Amino acid sequence: MSAVEHPEPRREIRERFGFLRRSYAMLVKEFIQLRRDRVSFAMIVMLPVMQLMLFGYAINTTPRHLPSAVLLQEDSDLARSVLKALENTKYFRFLYEVHDVDDFDNLLKSGKVLFGVEIPRGFERAVRRGDRPALLVAADATDPVAASAALGSLGMIVQTALAHDLYIGEPPEMPFEIRAHARYNPAANSSLNIVPGLVGTILTMTMLIFTALSVTREVERGTMESLLSMPIKPIEVMFGKIVPYVLVGFVQAFLIISIGVGLFGVPVLGNLVLLALLSTLFITTNLAVGYTISTLVQNQLQAMQMSMMFFLPSILLSGFMFPFAGMPAWAQYLGECLPLTHYLRIVRAIMLKGATMENLRFDTLALAALMLLAMTVAVTRFRRTLD
Amino acid sequence: MSNGNGIAIDVKGLTKSFGGREVVHDLSMQVKRGSIYGFLGPNGSGKTTTIRILCGLLTPDSGEGTCLGYDIRRDAEKIKRQVGYMTQRFSLYQDLSVRENLEFVARLYGLADARGAARDMIKRLGLSGREEQLAGELSGGWKQRLALGACTLPNPQLLLLDEPTAGVDPKARRDFWNEIHALAAEGLTVLVSTHYMDEAERCHEIAYIAYGYLLAHGTVEEVIAKSALTTYTVTGDDLNELGAALTGKPGIDMVAPFGTSLHVSGRDVPALEASIAPWRERGGLHWQKSKPSLEDVFIELMGRSKDNFQ
Repeated sequence: MSAVEHPEPRREIRERFGFLRRSYAMLVKEFIQLRRDRVSFAMIVMLPVMQLMLFGYAINTTPRHLPSAVLLQEDSDLARSVLKALENTKYFRFLYEVHDVDDFDNLLKSGKVLFGVEIPRGFERAVRRGDRPALLVAADATDPVAASAALGSLGMIVQTALAHDLYIGEPPEMPFEIRAHARYNPAANSSLNIVPGLVGTILTMTMLIFTALSVTREVERGTMESLLSMPIKPIEVMFGKIVPYVLVGFVQAFLIISIGVGLFGVPVLGNLVLLALLSTLFITTNLAVGYTISTLVQNQLQAMQMSMMFFLPSILLSGFMFPFAGMPAWAQYLGECLPLTHYLRIVRAIMLKGATMENLRFDTLALAALMLLAMTVAVTRFRRTLD
Repeated sequence: MSNGNGIAIDVKGLTKSFGGREVVHDLSMQVKRGSIYGFLGPNGSGKTTTIRILCGLLTPDSGEGTCLGYDIRRDAEKIKRQVGYMTQRFSLYQDLSVRENLEFVARLYGLADARGAARDMIKRLGLSGREEQLAGELSGGWKQRLALGACTLPNPQLLLLDEPTAGVDPKARRDFWNEIHALAAEGLTVLVSTHYMDEAERCHEIAYIAYGYLLAHGTVEEVIAKSALTTYTVTGDDLNELGAALTGKPGIDMVAPFGTSLHVSGRDVPALEASIAPWRERGGLHWQKSKPSLEDVFIELMGRSKDNFQ
């Protein structure tokens, strides 16, 4: 290398630490681009906040004040007190009081009410005689989530209502006894379950999309051609593109957990350092999956579509939306292949149950395996040429 | 292989197909170190593909050769270090500033002082005061200068420029070519593709390719001489009518209007003379036998290759 040459002094080229140096060059570039991209930057903050508010406040899988109707075929004190007891549970809100079976059916059919309670003729007398008359509760079970919680509470309610009623000394024995014990979430407060779940879902969505777009964007803008003509290796491009978003993911996770703790009173019983560590693992896994997507597709639109194809099963099969144990075996196997499934277990266990690394060994290993798999595919799929 | 010192690019029999269509056909070429080599040909003739093969972005289906003494098949990574490739489309980051783009390149190649290198290049490009402007906001001419600056920043030995002056105004084009000559004077080898004839004439050597075939190469004089073309320049009235009447006559390979004159060319001189004889006796027209221009040669080559390959 010639030291000085006019008019331009020739600069020395360093060969050492090439990997770190080139990854760093890529990383600085990605950071600047991210900073310039105001919309994406706003999304990073707005997305978790918005989702959290929506899920936390608007969406409640333990529904309250379900619109209900009562078919009153006798107007007795006992009937009134049963209704009062039902309303007091806050599950039901009686909007209609009808005396005709057809009206009752129409209300249910039209969807004006989700529940109908029928108090038959001679109800009070039958109870006093100890005949155990039937109290028909008709539920619109098209939304099973809404119906089941309310239905499940019925047995207890009626029993309590009857017990408190003055007309009867001892409550008649119910044909069965329901004893529910909701562990970790005794109040069946769904935000306790949803906030940790949201950490996983939001991270999956943003991390996936950011990296899925990153390579295709370079191809579409034509910058990939000159990047490929420079001496940078696929793995260096990948590291440079992933690292900034690990930080972004971290900020998001911090935001969600802070709001969850501050606004919804979600506890963090476990170790925060452990949570941070395993969250980093999960974030990196998602970034690697997104990066893999971007090496498989041709343009940004396809990248978005493919991200959605990965995101939807993640939401449906991971146990975020529906209880994992309730799914058929094949769906559970599929779910085990998704990073979100493992992270949901991890984040719920750490936050709500105070789990330690000992309890989470399987899910941690599964996450690490998925991450390595995605990275390997990405690096081998990355095209060094334009062929 | 021929001696590594004097020859920068030495390739033989390069062939490349995309989806069954042969884009580059049995292409061989040699480029001397320190020279400016012009690559000419119509759109879709395989210029870009050839350039991409040379810098390792594409692997040829067959053929072999060296670029700066490195094997183009095996040593793509080593070639990349020594070659600056300027793509046809502006390929710096539009959302990065001038300085950030240059620093990115400098870091990627491992220049000892990336910031300093970028600063010096900004000065050399005459972009001082605009270093914080986003690259996407620069005018076409400045974009090209910046792209050239980014290519030359890591001190390459070979520059591959793919239509660098497309869509750039004449003044910026002239400045650009002065820069290229200055770089060649410093010892750089430059391979540049272009559509402009005036630019071709500023090259030390040129090659003309069409439909994947290299049809002619050498210095401008050699290419013109080899074409064995005789050209008459006609001035006067009703040139359009004359042009229409002469097209397709025996011995006339090409009729092309140039401003207020008409160029009538052919390789078979007796046949050409015979065909134009009736028109020469007409009044109001001035005929002059002239040396064909490079453009005449190329348009004739293009017309001929079209007949052969399409």
